[in-house]
Amino acid sequence: MSPIVKLLAQRIALSLLLLLLISAVIFAGTIVLPGDVAQSILGQSATPEALANLRAELGVNDPPVERYFSWLFGAIQGDLGTALTSGQDIAEALSNRFWNTLFLAFWAAVVAVPLAIFLGLLAVRYKDRWPDKLISAVTLASISIPEFLIGYVLMYFIAVKLRWFPSVAMINDSMSLLDKLSAIALPVAVLTLVVLAHMMRMTRAAILNVMQSAYIETAELKGLNAFQVIFRHAFPNAIAPIVNVVMLNLAYLVVGVVVIEVVFVYPGMGQYLVDHVSKRDVPVVQACGLIFAAVYIGLNMIADIVAILSNPRLRHPK
Amino acid sequence: MNRHIQYLASQAVAGKLSRREFLGKAAALGFTAVSANLVLANSARAAGPQTGGTLRMGLQGGSTTDSLDPALVTNTAGLMITRLWGETLVELAEDGGIEGKLAESYEASADAKTWTFKLRPGVTYSNGQNVTADDVVKTMERHSGEDTKSGALGIMRGIKDVRADGDTVVFELDSPNADLPYLLADYHLIIQPGGGVDDPAAAIGTGPYIIKSADMGVRVVAEKNPNYWGDLGYAETVEIIVINDDTARVAALQSGQVDVIDRVPPRTAKLVDRAPNITVHSTSAAGHYVFIMHCNTAPFDNNDLRMALKYGINRQEMVDKILNGYGTVGNDTPINASYPMYTELEQRTFDPDKAMHHLKKSGHDGSILLRTSDNSFPGAPDAAALFQQSLSSAGIKLDVKREPNDGYWSEVWNNKPFCTSYWGGRPTQDQMFTTAYLSTADWNDTRFNNEQFDQMLIAARGELDVAKRTQMYADMSTILRDEGGLICPMFNDFVEATGDRVDGFVAGMPGQVLMNGYAASKMWVKA
Repeated sequence: MSPIVKLLAQRIALSLLLLLLISAVIFAGTIVLPGDVAQSILGQSATPEALANLRAELGVNDPPVERYFSWLFGAIQGDLGTALTSGQDIAEALSNRFWNTLFLAFWAAVVAVPLAIFLGLLAVRYKDRWPDKLISAVTLASISIPEFLIGYVLMYFIAVKLRWFPSVAMINDSMSLLDKLSAIALPVAVLTLVVLAHMMRMTRAAILNVMQSAYIETAELKGLNAFQVIFRHAFPNAIAPIVNVVMLNLAYLVVGVVVIEVVFVYPGMGQYLVDHVSKRDVPVVQACGLIFAAVYIGLNMIADIVAILSNPRLRHPK
Repeated sequence: MNRHIQYLASQAVAGKLSRREFLGKAAALGFTAVSANLVLANSARAAGPQTGGTLRMGLQGGSTTDSLDPALVTNTAGLMITRLWGETLVELAEDGGIEGKLAESYEASADAKTWTFKLRPGVTYSNGQNVTADDVVKTMERHSGEDTKSGALGIMRGIKDVRADGDTVVFELDSPNADLPYLLADYHLIIQPGGGVDDPAAAIGTGPYIIKSADMGVRVVAEKNPNYWGDLGYAETVEIIVINDDTARVAALQSGQVDVIDRVPPRTAKLVDRAPNITVHSTSAAGHYVFIMHCNTAPFDNNDLRMALKYGINRQEMVDKILNGYGTVGNDTPINASYPMYTELEQRTFDPDKAMHHLKKSGHDGSILLRTSDNSFPGAPDAAALFQQSLSSAGIKLDVKREPNDGYWSEVWNNKPFCTSYWGGRPTQDQMFTTAYLSTADWNDTRFNNEQFDQMLIAARGELDVAKRTQMYADMSTILRDEGGLICPMFNDFVEATGDRVDGFVAGMPGQVLMNGYAASKMWVKA
């Protein structure tokens, strides 16, 4: 086996192990939550018999370890159980919302990532001159303002005053792709503003770091212009840290957009999770936790793999 | 002049004059904004509802954990959705009385213990089945069964037996209750085929609309029921979108994405109303914000001290500053004009001299501790500060202690002797008094114990003579006002807003949210 395949296999195995550990943590965390699930479902009118019946039905009387493994094996086979509050199949209800969340995250990434990298390169090219300072000032300002406020401001000017795009980002299956894109234009804009600064600054810093190297000086001395130096020599060597920060932000776009979902009434996973946490619907909370963990670990794994592939020293270890 | 304003109104309805221009011209003729708006609304109604189009509502309070099962409805979005597809036996009429829905008529026995409801003939569900008396019986059983989770369980408790008799349904009660029709108008008690036992969330009913797609807590779409028996439902399609964020809801209305929204925040309602394409409606309601004293705990066990505090509160100031004018002053009774059989009592006003007089008589010395929290009602800490100021002008020292939101309802309310709280009103006086002022009530949060009051409550329940009952409730309100532990400075309005694409909103039905939940089927989209 070539060393690279071995390295990748190791990396993936580690990620799976980590996910397994996290599943145990999620399960343990949700069972030590205060409050009895049966009590919170039945509410004030609960009689002792009804509570006992419901507990037996929910299986909370079984030992936790046994419950954990039956939950885990179910989850591996795609069976996440049923929601306590509505009796719906969780996997079915979640898949729709998960795709919505991915849809929003995908388009936000399509706009934000190239823009951030381009702005980063631009900032390096004009380092310490006005374009650099302007880009830094604008992106830092947008990351410093709370995202809901950016949302409200855009909503007021673009949806209410100019009426270019809707303020309610409601999407459903009967809409065409163009309708959907128009509906999510505002949340995508807000998310872009929120994640832009982080990625842009990292790109700028990583490339500037590389720019100090001797081979950059060589490239300059052999007569390449500044953009060529950055693209051909500096950027490839700065990919690993840039991919890392991009992946972190993509993960944020998937798991951290609850506020944006509420403000723009977007039917994604965040709103779904919050509603069920407040009703103590534990199976749904566990399922959401597991999916969020998988997304986080998966994206970080991709970042690591890209870092390995892009680095000759990691690719050909001695 | 009257002809002139009618002419202007018809111009406005026809779209030749904007609402703002109309109001301006009406003001020039000496009409107040309120009466001019009324003329406009009447003209719009005279022009007649238009059919077709899509009516879109943006509502607060829905959640993804909601169900279509009417027994489990707890919020406004759920109420509006239920009203689309289902109907109750009877319903509150716009004049505060009762009108038949699925029951064509009803009658009570002389002792108000046996009630007979005659079903409307020939009504079918959206699945084609006929509505039968048996369905009604099964529905009532489902909401009152031992393992039911129905929100109507509390009001079903006094019903001993329900039986079908041909096309009538007979209710037997444990004790006389003249309010049964009001109780059966509860929105949970939607008549479903087979009582909804097999599939409670199927949303099959007799309503003016049929649910086409339901993503609870997100969006529900309904289309006109072609076989609806009545004359409600003008729009071809109704779309209900849940928008829980206040700012987002207002923005959705402003940008024309929805036509109707509920719960406009009072702080911004006047600003919202200034927008040219939006009208804000305010409906007086039964919900109220309160300061509650335990009548059995010192120093509040002294009625003179209670009176001193009641005279020391500035009710109008609270309505102006806490509700921004979107409300009405209270009179230390939980009952206001939105209840049927209401009698207006002499209004108690801020009077520092009387407060001082009662304080002296009570012999109390020293300060009084009031507990409050942010979640006890919107603006409660501010209201407590206003109370502190108005009392100090009467020489009474009030200490305000701010409690954490978390645990307020379990640790402070109905536990500590003096605190801020709120009540959401009930459909009838009997319900309100039984819930919180009967000496044995679970939620007797003022520890009010008055034998005469208790006896009158039971007697009024069985009294079918409306005039006598009205007098009894007036007397009970008077007892509460002059002896109770309730300081009720204000009733909060429902503040709702509509866009200029739709018409037909009537804010005239007191005490009810969004035209008692019928906004979707009583409003129309302008052609």
